[in-house]
Amino acid sequence: MSAATDALDPRTHGRDFCLARVRDMLRIRRFEERCAQLYGETKIRGFLHLYIGEEAVAAGVLPNLRPEDNVVATYREHGHALLRGLSMNAIMAEMYGKQEGCSRGRGGSMHLFDRASHFYGGNAIVGGGLPLAVGLALADQLDQRRDRVTVCFFGEGAVAEGAFHESMNLAALWKLPVLFVCENNLYAMGTALSRSEAQIALTVKAAGYNMPCAQVNGMHVLAVHDAARQALDQVRDRQSPLFLELHTYRFRAHSMYDAELYRDKAEVERWKQHDPIATFTAALKAAGLLQDAEVQAIDRAAQDEVEVAVAFAEAGTWEPVDQLLRDVTTPAAAAGSAP
Amino acid sequence: MTRTTYREALRTAHREALLADPRVFIMGEDVGRYGGSYAVTMGLLAEFGEARVRDTPLSELGFVGAGVGAALGGMRPIVEIMTVNFSLLALDPIVNTAATLRHMSGGQFSVPLVVRMATGAGRQLAAQHSHSLENWYAHVPGIRVLAPATVADARGMLAPALADPDPVVIFEHALLYNLEEDLPDDWQCDISHAAVRRAGTQLSLITYGGSVPKTMQAAEALASEGIDVEVIDLRVLRPLDMDTIAASLRKTHRAVIVDEGWKSGSLAAEVMARLMEHCFYDLDAPVARVCSEEVPIPYARHMEEAALPQVPKIVATVKAVLNV
Repeated sequence: MSAATDALDPRTHGRDFCLARVRDMLRIRRFEERCAQLYGETKIRGFLHLYIGEEAVAAGVLPNLRPEDNVVATYREHGHALLRGLSMNAIMAEMYGKQEGCSRGRGGSMHLFDRASHFYGGNAIVGGGLPLAVGLALADQLDQRRDRVTVCFFGEGAVAEGAFHESMNLAALWKLPVLFVCENNLYAMGTALSRSEAQIALTVKAAGYNMPCAQVNGMHVLAVHDAARQALDQVRDRQSPLFLELHTYRFRAHSMYDAELYRDKAEVERWKQHDPIATFTAALKAAGLLQDAEVQAIDRAAQDEVEVAVAFAEAGTWEPVDQLLRDVTTPAAAAGSAP
Repeated sequence: MTRTTYREALRTAHREALLADPRVFIMGEDVGRYGGSYAVTMGLLAEFGEARVRDTPLSELGFVGAGVGAALGGMRPIVEIMTVNFSLLALDPIVNTAATLRHMSGGQFSVPLVVRMATGAGRQLAAQHSHSLENWYAHVPGIRVLAPATVADARGMLAPALADPDPVVIFEHALLYNLEEDLPDDWQCDISHAAVRRAGTQLSLITYGGSVPKTMQAAEALASEGIDVEVIDLRVLRPLDMDTIAASLRKTHRAVIVDEGWKSGSLAAEVMARLMEHCFYDLDAPVARVCSEEVPIPYARHMEEAALPQVPKIVATVKAVLNV
């Protein structure tokens, strides 16, 4: 058994830590499964992009962050928002478009925001979050009282965008504390990486910007956690960026309108053998850290939380139409408050 | 009262902003060592250092987007883009992010970002350095759009733009940088109102930016022929100050709009539409406009001149509307 494998022995992380990660991943999974149902019932509309299959990424990275750190995510960000501490109620109400939602119903699934936890969305322009993350980190560098890291999640599709290359260059050139987390789920909507990139080794691109990088099994929550911990320590210590590529896979369609003509069912089934929740709970059981009854209890609690959130969203209110024009600009009274 | 240029007035305003607020910094292509492509930031690097007068790579999308992020992070960035043509490479962070974030986040995040850029033609720089696309930005809710046309506005607009909690885009017509005027002692200004640059009774000439000097010259020429026109400098292209425009129309009952943008979908078109909505019964004649010809701005001097609004054309259009 190699040293790397030893480090991934759940016993080295402790039972409580491992159970918390199971809980994290199940909260995302149950929340999103319910969202898919609610979409079918037309309670949720617009685009809905599910993270199912990729939960180990958010569950591995986010517990490493400090409260003051910044998070920038994509339109597939329900899991990141949940694990960053946004209440499931506020997220579900946002999915419904209710004014109790975390973005008052103005954003929807793709635009979850939370100022209190430095959660900067929720960006539906592929690659759009990267320059934003660079700027947040630049603000932290300029204000020398701050010791903060900005974590920027994006899919592998974003590496084809100019925004990716410009942002990687700026972050490396200016030595900004950004952790770039590339969630490589192999498909940019329906276009496989090999059909869109001349160089499919993404870490080579990071190396091209003189940026340290690492590749990680994104289906293994402890592997993600350990790699992210190490990466974040390095970003903090050296005050310079790092690129982390996580190999993962989305089990569901790109969005609710996707017939999945671009990939084989067999491929999806193969990846499901690596389901981050099933494989991790199996490993925990094998290590004697988890009983069936405990998984069931965690799962039940997650499902209960989802039902509470659904009830909260159902009971939520529609913002009066006479409020339509609010929050286009900042009202004078709110101006001048600290960000 | 001090004699100064538009460029010097801008530079003084930038220096003052850097001195007044440690959150303010400037970034853009060649703003530092080169001194700014139009020399607005000349000398500021030596005084304030590389962190606050920051040269960027040729990455408009990247550094404007970083400006949005830095504004979110509590800074007060001034981002300079060389010309409006290059700003198209940064439309995404401005239109999709800076202008939308407050709304998309349900009012949680404001973006106190200032973006400045040169605009306009007149220096034989051809079709990729000469366009006037102010209307593209003025179309977008969530941003304020300014066009300083005088030395006083060049001096006075930056501070209130930085104090604005939301994104502000400032257009500096490239032909104005060398404009020399007396800077009045009371150069402080707001960024909400249009200005009456010349009072008159027979017709309202409505314009902004680089067309203001031409329009003032046209008004002088008309005055020498006994025709008394008012000149309104819009100053603020979004949100438009219809009160000042309507007050002028109630007095003059006739209007000509001068806009260096192309007619189709232009700011001139917007002002005309609003005149119909707000002032229809005050009008004694159809509103007319003088815009650039519908052609990419050509290189050859005589062709460039022919493409742009010029004093004789403004004079002729005014006379046609007055039927004199």
